[in-house]
Amino acid sequence: MINLETPKKFRAFVQQANQVADNFLRANSRKYDLAEHSYPKELDLLASLVDGMSDSGQGQGAGAAGVRRGEDEDGKKSKNAVKNGTNMSSVLSVIEMCWGDVGLLLSMPRQGLGNSAIASVATDEQLEKYKGTWAAMAITEPSFGSDSAAIKTTAVKDGDHYVLNGEKIYVTSGERADSVVVWATLDKSLGRAAIKSFVVSKDTPGIRVERLEHKLGIRASDTAVIVLDNCRVHESNLLGSPEVDVKQGFAGAMATFDNTRPLVAGMAVGCARASLEVMRDLLEDAGVDIDYDRPVQSQSHAAATFIQMEADWEAALLLTLTAAWLADNRKPNSMEASMAKAKAGRVGNDITLRCVELAGSLGYSETSFLEKWSRDSKILDIFEGTQQIQQLIIARRLLNLTSSQLK
Amino acid sequence: MASRKDPMGIGLAVLNRIASSPAIDKLGLRKQTEKAVYHGTRTGFQAAGAAARTFKKVKGSGKPVRQARVGDSGVYDLTPTEDQQMIVGVVQEFAAEVLRTSAEEAEKGNDTSKEVLAQTTEFGLSLLNVPEELGGLSEERSAVTGVLVAEALAEGDMGQAVACLAPAAVATAISLWGSDEQQQTYLPAFTGDDVPAAALVVAEPHPLFDPFELRTTATRSSDGYTLSGLKSVAVRGAEAELFVVAADLEGTPTLFLVEAAADGVSVAADPSMGLRAAGLSRIKLDDAAAQVLGDGDLDDYRECIRLSRLAWAGLALGTAKAVLDYTKEYVVGREAFGEPIAYRQSVAFMVANIAIELEGMRLVTLKAASRAEQGLPHAREVALARKLAGEYGMKIGTDGVQLLGGHGFVKEHPVERWYRDLRAVGLMEGAVLV
Repeated sequence: MINLETPKKFRAFVQQANQVADNFLRANSRKYDLAEHSYPKELDLLASLVDGMSDSGQGQGAGAAGVRRGEDEDGKKSKNAVKNGTNMSSVLSVIEMCWGDVGLLLSMPRQGLGNSAIASVATDEQLEKYKGTWAAMAITEPSFGSDSAAIKTTAVKDGDHYVLNGEKIYVTSGERADSVVVWATLDKSLGRAAIKSFVVSKDTPGIRVERLEHKLGIRASDTAVIVLDNCRVHESNLLGSPEVDVKQGFAGAMATFDNTRPLVAGMAVGCARASLEVMRDLLEDAGVDIDYDRPVQSQSHAAATFIQMEADWEAALLLTLTAAWLADNRKPNSMEASMAKAKAGRVGNDITLRCVELAGSLGYSETSFLEKWSRDSKILDIFEGTQQIQQLIIARRLLNLTSSQLK
Repeated sequence: MASRKDPMGIGLAVLNRIASSPAIDKLGLRKQTEKAVYHGTRTGFQAAGAAARTFKKVKGSGKPVRQARVGDSGVYDLTPTEDQQMIVGVVQEFAAEVLRTSAEEAEKGNDTSKEVLAQTTEFGLSLLNVPEELGGLSEERSAVTGVLVAEALAEGDMGQAVACLAPAAVATAISLWGSDEQQQTYLPAFTGDDVPAAALVVAEPHPLFDPFELRTTATRSSDGYTLSGLKSVAVRGAEAELFVVAADLEGTPTLFLVEAAADGVSVAADPSMGLRAAGLSRIKLDDAAAQVLGDGDLDDYRECIRLSRLAWAGLALGTAKAVLDYTKEYVVGREAFGEPIAYRQSVAFMVANIAIELEGMRLVTLKAASRAEQGLPHAREVALARKLAGEYGMKIGTDGVQLLGGHGFVKEHPVERWYRDLRAVGLMEGAVLV
């Protein structure tokens, strides 16, 4: 039966997440925007809470815990029943958290993107070994961004160890995390298939944080440059298969992204909702009446703009939830995940910027959050696959074209 | 009292109607035996309802029959019910085989053929929102089914889809808001074999039209009301036997039933940019006798406007899907500079954006419809669905033509018709209902 309401079983949990976001994230939002690079210690308490919730099987905490398909508790139920599972609850959680603060969500201890990768592809032994770690993800290098097949960082086998060498940039939580999932190539000449990921503990000799970036937004989140200089890691730290399977190519490494793209879309949805809510109050205070029944062309420009923004926001929200719903029900969702990310990324940025415009110098000032959210939203249309990369993925699928045909 | 149909009941009822009908043989119908002669050539207003039946008043027994709300499943789900899958399957086939192939012909004739209309009658299009007890198909509200059906029909041709859905809009309005007496008097015609042409008429031909500020007015008379004013977007107005008309009653917009045969009702063809197969017309009302539909409650009127906008959004989904599928094939097949134009990002990304926006507006439309049938507040969701369908529906229409270049501009391809049809979505009021 077609129904697009928030699943009943998650409604209470969404309320809780909103309370948490309000009291722990929104409450500290401006503080860590201004104090870039200082550690948001308030999150330690919250992280323990989140761990507790995860251990007791309640909900998804901050949502970055990664996804192992078909292993949620609903898997045991009837095969034909429609499921609303961990993908859905993770997305709902991320939306609420980013309504609070995107940068602080990204700084949540033990909820790094590296954790997501570990949770998605690690063996059972590895899962046990890395339990409780806070893992950052290191993919990007100075010479490439979207083209992650162009990795130059090398991993050379030496006995039962690999030796890693290279420089990684844009490592979220790179300083605060206690391990980093590093992408490196076993053999550059073999292309994508030779790219593997390794869990590198930060106390391993040869890995160091070079510096932290100063950014447009999400300043609460530290973004590190990490150097690997003859860094030796045991072969058991390699995630996935050590074999170079040219046929399978990049699929394994990229699989993580099918699951994380809806989460990033959720971040944009949450951030934009924060702006819309504040904007709505400001418009009401200014005497602007938003009437859903009267034609928009007969209403004020501000009201019409607001309805347009809400419409785009709602589309982004439902694309995001639908991508998660597909994953929960084990249906392919790669294209839908990209659609969600593309739509949410661009409308999240557009909405937050327009709200600043509508609010005038009040919106531009640090006395309101609107200006902050319009800075935070920009990265959400860039990381985890830019707008343009999502369009490539979607277009190739729609038109059945390869990457050498549609470049 | 009719027993409640089990989950497959409605779909089976539809299939049964088709299977037992001689019209199944005509499903592949290409040529129309009776070519629609149009009224587009006529000039000026003519008395309406020349061939209209008179509806014999039936005394009601008290309470009108209403469909129940759909229960809240509590689960986020995009899977249509088995009923919906069956109905949509049938309608899709009909749209592909009949509507799409007869679209050009219907457009030229400024009308939808009697055969096409008869076929939709046979599979019970006008019965979807009529309560079972009154000869309809379902005990539950089915706004989602309405959207899915509108979408499926419009994927074939929006103009004919509107013509086919027009009588259903009137039957739905009477079912949802009519009094017991009105249900008893008018609905039998819509649940019988000879479904009358009928139109839900809300629009008026002036700029910035607002359905909550109507210029057509109602005046109390000794035995009811009379209406005066000029209305537009009356689907197949010249054929219509019954109208539901929106008019201002002492400051409140209200729905009225107007029989086409009544004195003071005249109709003029109003050929427009698109939707030509819908035979759009204007109606001039000069002290025409009318009765208030149901209680004349403002909430009912609001609901009517919302459900009509939802139906238009549903239509936009179907036509936009037609554009997407057509352009997908075209850009891969068309070569320029030695390779398919689809190999260029500027082309491929336009197609990607069509798909993204179509999916977004589809989900918002379905959410609005599901809220409507569950009895949840849905003013906001309908407004958002309408905004998306109007805005991106037109964007998809214009990008469709753009992707085909010169080919998009000529009638060898259907894309220019879709462009004209999609312009209607953001401005239409009335005519169709879910």
